[in-house]
Parts: sequence; C-alpha cells; structure tokens
Amino acid sequence: MNKRTLEENVFKVLMVGSVCIVLGSLALIFGLVIWNGATSLNIEMITQTPTPAAPGSPPGGGILNAIVGSILLSLPATGFASLIAIGIALYLQSDFLQPRIANAVRFMLDVLWGIPSIIYGIFCLMIMISIGMSSSVLVGMIALTMLEIPIITRCMDEAIKMVPIGLKEGAYSLGSTKFETAVRVVRRQAFPGILAGILLGLGRGIGDAASILFTAGFSNRIPTSILDSTAALPTMIYNLYSTPLGQQKAFAAAFILLIIVLIVSVLSRLLTRRFKRHIIK
Amino acid sequence: MKTRKLRDIFGTKLMLVVTLFVSLLFFLIFSLLLYRSLLVLESHSIIDVLFSSIWNPDVGQFGLAAVIVDTILVTGFALLIAIPISLLSAIYIVEYAPLRLRRSIRPFIDVLAGVPSVVYGLCAFIFLVPLVQHQIAPWFGVQSTGLCIFTASVILSIMVFPIIISLCIEAFDAIPLALKEASLSVGATKWETVKKVVFRASAPSVTAAILLGFGRAFGETIAVNMVIGGTVRIPSSIFNPGETLASLIASKYGELMSIPLHESALMLVALILFVVVFIFYLLGLFILRRAKRRWSY
Repeated sequence: MNKRTLEENVFKVLMVGSVCIVLGSLALIFGLVIWNGATSLNIEMITQTPTPAAPGSPPGGGILNAIVGSILLSLPATGFASLIAIGIALYLQSDFLQPRIANAVRFMLDVLWGIPSIIYGIFCLMIMISIGMSSSVLVGMIALTMLEIPIITRCMDEAIKMVPIGLKEGAYSLGSTKFETAVRVVRRQAFPGILAGILLGLGRGIGDAASILFTAGFSNRIPTSILDSTAALPTMIYNLYSTPLGQQKAFAAAFILLIIVLIVSVLSRLLTRRFKRHIIK
Repeated sequence: MKTRKLRDIFGTKLMLVVTLFVSLLFFLIFSLLLYRSLLVLESHSIIDVLFSSIWNPDVGQFGLAAVIVDTILVTGFALLIAIPISLLSAIYIVEYAPLRLRRSIRPFIDVLAGVPSVVYGLCAFIFLVPLVQHQIAPWFGVQSTGLCIFTASVILSIMVFPIIISLCIEAFDAIPLALKEASLSVGATKWETVKKVVFRASAPSVTAAILLGFGRAFGETIAVNMVIGGTVRIPSSIFNPGETLASLIASKYGELMSIPLHESALMLVALILFVVVFIFYLLGLFILRRAKRRWSY
C-alpha cells in the first residue's frame, strides 16, 4: 500500500469516526430526553398547573401553565412576524427596491438573526420598564416577534428570489400593478418556501428561552389576561433543571418541546411537498 | 381602476414601512444599548472595564476581563472540537456515504438544528456534568464540580454540529461535477480530490458556515448558563467554573436591574455582544465577496 492510499484510508477512518461522534452525541441527547421525558410524563403533568409546595412537601402538579404559555406566546408572535416578514421579503425584490439597498437590508437582517436572543430580551425589557409595564404575555410576545422576523424574512426572501422573472413579466404585461403581482403571483409561486420559513420561525420561537426569560416572567398560574406574566416550556426547564424534583418536570417539558420541534419539521416537509404541486416550474 | 391604483400605492407604502421598521430596529437596538451603557462608561474608562478582572458590582467595579477570557476560551474550544469533526462528517456524507444514508441523514440534521438550546443545556446538566466531575476531570488529575468551561464547550460544539454540517453539505454539493471529474481523471485519489479541489472550491462557503457556527456558540446564553457554574474570575484551567458575556446577562440581570449603574454595566456587555457579532458578519461578507471574485467558476 503506497502513501497515497494510506492517507486516503487514514482519513476515511477519521471521517467515519467523526460521523459516529456526531450521530452518537445527538442520539444520546434524543435518548436522554425521550427516556426521561416518557417516564415522567403522565396525564397529571399535562392537565395540571404546579401546586405551590408547602414547606417539607415536594412540589406537585404539572406543567399545563407552561404549555399554555408557550402557545400563547409563540403562535401570535409567529403570526405577527410572518405578516411583517412577508411584506419585507416581497419588498426586497428588485421590482421595488434597488439591489444595493436591498442587500444592505439583507445584511442587517442577517446580523439581527445572528445576535444572541438575550439582546432582544433586554431590549424589550428596557422599553417595558421605561413605559412602566411589567413582564407579561404581551412583552414576551413582542420580544419573540422581533426574534422571529429576521429568520422568517430571510427564508421567504430566498424562496421569493427563485421565482422566475418570466412569471412576473407575464403578470405585468397583463396590466397588473406591482403590488398585485407581488401579492397574487409571486407570493403564490413562492408559497412552499414561505411556509417553510414560517414554520422555521415557529420552531425557533417556541424553543427560545433567553428572549422571554425577563420579558414574559414566570408564574405558576395560567395567564388570564395579556398583561399577566406567564411561564413557557423553555423558561420552565430553565427554572427547574437544578433540583432533582424539578428535573422530572423539566424533562417532561423538554420532551414536549422536542415533539413540537419534530412535528414542525415533518409538517414543513409534508406541506412543502403538497404545495409544490401548485407552482409553475 | 382607481381602487386598484390606490391599493397598489397603499400596499407598496405598507411594505416600505415594515422594511424601514426592521432597518430602524437594527439601529434602535444599537443606539439604545449604547445610550444605556454610557452611564458606566462615564465613571469608568473603557480600558478599565475591558482589561480589569475585578467584577464586584457592590463596590462599583465592573472589570470584564475574566468574562471575556472565559468567552474566548469557551467559544474557541467549542469550535476547535466542532470544526474538524463537522467538516470530516460533511465530506463523508457528500463524497463517501452510500446514497441511502445520505438521503436519510439530511432531514435528521435539519431537525437537530431546530432543537432548542435549553434542551441541550438540560441534557448536558444531567449527563455531561457528572461525567466531567467523576471521570474526565480526575483523568486529567484535577478536581472539578463538573460545572466548568470544558463542559460548556463540549455542549456548545454539539450544538453547532448540525449548523456547520448542513451548510457544508450545501457548499460541497454546489461544486460543479466537472471540477471533481477533471481531478479524478488525471489520476488523483478521491481524498486528494477532496483535499485539493473540493476544499479549495468551497472555501468561501465553508468559512461562512464556520462564522455562523461561531455566532451561535458565541452568543449562546441559556445552555452555557446552565452548565458553566457562574463564577467571575480569571480561570486557571478549563475545568474551572466561569461565566461568558451572554450568560453573565442572564444570570445577573435579575439581581442587578434595580441599580442604574449595574444595569448599565450589563448593557455594555450586551453592546459588546452586538458589536462583535456585527464585526464577524461584516468579515464574513467581505471574505465571501473577495473569494467570489477570485474563485469564479
């Protein structure tokens, strides 16, 4: 065996080794969450709110408040973010904006995507305190919306860029306005990509703890108004992970989060495939 | 006709407004962070804050040197683990793996990129912390509680695997087949082709992937906060507890926000995070643009 094949074989072993490390560590994480989550998950866990612990007795109850809180925070946030994002993404195309300016906005969106989510958290917190509000569903929702806008916009933008120019020209030549072309033709053609972007944003928003840590606060009760503070699945995990009794709930919450992420990912694949039938190649 | 025209004008203006709003958000976040951190910069020079290692808010000392050292250690170590492993995995998946494995691995990696960081943190706390405490640290002959810089780096590297791998797979896939075939046809082995053609042709995109991985590792707050131990002191080894810039905000904000000067110090930390991410993205953009001019195929 000469030097060249030896080198090839050494690197092949290294490559297989690294794939094993990657898959192994990730399988370990899934295994840990599924095993611990499945054993600690029961009906009580998802139908009850935490009962305040009397001195000397273990905290009981479930994590219903976190489940409801997560839904209340992330669904409206994803909705708002998607509405804003679609406007920006359509506007970034060359029909509306000069490519130079559009690229500058794209760069800003990339940086906004890249900055740690805790910055959104404290940014909203600053504004919240200066106008005299306290941590609530509303502020958490706004923080999540800000976090999701760059993610969803950049995904939509990539999808909309791919729309063939001929399609737009066809719409223009029939006399439609720029806005009609963008909303009726381009939006429809890029729909699978737009949907994938929205679902990616939802997945990111529902799992983010840092941005809602201070803005949504924490509460053991289900929020009754938009100005109540609320727990969410990620903040629940963050608050409970360090005590043995809390870990059970933390793992149940992690398990639910993981299931949601899986569902969102599968849904994104299925819906994308389904709506691909309607587009013009 | 008139309503259509009106709708066009109104719709376009609305889109302009949201675009302006997001661009404004960028400057708004920056300027508000700057404005809020001025308070601490008035009483302490920036040199003093960046290079003094004494963090003692109660007596008004806000030295960030220890936190900065920890951040560099955690991020650097995480990337040191993640980059070679991710690159080798991506090459294996694209060039060597059987087609069936290749097809099934992609969705799996996409799912992993979406797993919330708090879940990684929880797993690290349950599994990695005891492992480091009882096995790895004694193996190096040091005492450690397991809550340390090393643990944080390991979990961060696992978190950035899916990001770097999926971007690298895209980059390697985008290389024209003819380029590889030319190399193979003059007698290069597969690995030589990978080394001399694939790596070079994809260098700009791979750099961008690594920068993105860096951004994630650098700014990760929650997972790091859960396993790093939370001590602001210059570490003597990587098995010491520490605190990174991002995790400092998460762990100290609750107790410090009531006092303006303390809050201002944390705003300065956030400002540093923002500026560093901005500089790195600018760098990435610059590298990509130059590389595209040079390697245009």
